[in-house]
Amino acid sequence: MTILGSVWQWFTNPANWQGSNGIPTRLLEHVQLSAESVLIGALIALPVGIVLGHYGRFGNLAINISNAGRAVPSFGILVIAFLVFGLGDLPVIVALTALAIPPMITNSYVALREVDPDVKEAARGMGYRELAQLLRVELPLAVPLIMAGIRSSAVQVVATATLAALIAGGGFGRYIIDGFAQLNDAMTIAGAILVALLAFATEVGLSGLERLLVPHGIRLLMAPAVRRAATFKVA
Amino acid sequence: MPSRLFLDAEDPWVNWDWLLNHVPYVLDALEQHLVLTVIAVVGGLAISIPLGLLAHRAPLIRLVVIGGFGAFYTIPSLAVFALLVPFTGIATTTTAEIPLIGYNVFILLRNVVVGLDAVPREVLDAADGMGYRPRARMLRVELPLALPAIFAGLRVATVSTIGLITITAVIGLGGLGQLINQGLQENFRTPLVVATLGSIALALVADLALSAGQRFALPWSRQA
Repeated sequence: MTILGSVWQWFTNPANWQGSNGIPTRLLEHVQLSAESVLIGALIALPVGIVLGHYGRFGNLAINISNAGRAVPSFGILVIAFLVFGLGDLPVIVALTALAIPPMITNSYVALREVDPDVKEAARGMGYRELAQLLRVELPLAVPLIMAGIRSSAVQVVATATLAALIAGGGFGRYIIDGFAQLNDAMTIAGAILVALLAFATEVGLSGLERLLVPHGIRLLMAPAVRRAATFKVA
Repeated sequence: MPSRLFLDAEDPWVNWDWLLNHVPYVLDALEQHLVLTVIAVVGGLAISIPLGLLAHRAPLIRLVVIGGFGAFYTIPSLAVFALLVPFTGIATTTTAEIPLIGYNVFILLRNVVVGLDAVPREVLDAADGMGYRPRARMLRVELPLALPAIFAGLRVATVSTIGLITITAVIGLGGLGQLINQGLQENFRTPLVVATLGSIALALVADLALSAGQRFALPWSRQA
């Protein structure tokens, strides 16, 4: 009860809602680092996965890359990036982007591979050229699984961004790491709650986006992508 | 713990002299890594198999446990450690294993249920026709047929766990993560590189070993 009370006090203390160590600033840092990394990662990974999936080439590589990605310790990659690039946002973004890429490649590859060959043949029979077929037939059908890959990556990036505090970065991880260092349980727990809420919000928000992006007819046809997408956890 | 002054611009990525002089230190970290991995994976199996058998039969239980563990799986490990430390202590196996086991339960549970769901109706009918009682049918027909799917989950869980354990360095454990932390604290590349590559290698070796073990133990599984 006393711990819960002190956590409540921490949250209701106006000092924790302003300034460079306030919740709004830390939230902005966390979201910005994560969003930039997911965006850069998506710009790299999605074209690669989509093209490989469309042509059905290098399937082993596309699938095994997320296996390999799972084996990479996120803490190690962050620290290596820190020793290479030094202080600042750059090492965090480099490490987070590297972690974001593998599940997006695998899921977008599988998404394109899973498009029914009969549908592709019908598209060809209707006179679609290759690019039009990819953009107007295959991609819409692949969106659910592609989005599941983005969501999986984004949740992991938000989780790993917590570790940025270990290499002197910002974000909500700051409260956890500083709380440990200062033996301030209230701050540690408050940080943990904020981090968990942000991870949930990312998951739920991107699920909602997925629902908006997937045409109703396609959604009815497909098993929820959530169930088919591979689990991915690195932080 | 061996220590070293840093700020050496010529610090190589791997200082072989240091490494050769610290073999026992590295092996200790590796041992802790393995022990934490085995507890997390075996603990995950021990919970997920009975829970999966239950969830397979009762749709409500399935919804609740998969939803619940799925939500837990979303929470970053550092956050769970932070929530637990005031209660279960810093640098304790309990603090490290609660999230790791919980994440593995989610990964394995999904595969247990999917594996059990995939057992063909005809097989169940044949088993019933041969006079299997429900329990015997579950243990001797359904579970063996679900094992390939469970093994696939086991591989994912093991590989993920090996990577995640490095983060327990934050709460004073870490296995090879201790070396990553040392590399960070002392700005010293060798332990960092050795531990990062070592963790990746350990995960790949464990994955290969499990895949070989599956081929040996479950000759009826057609694919990995």
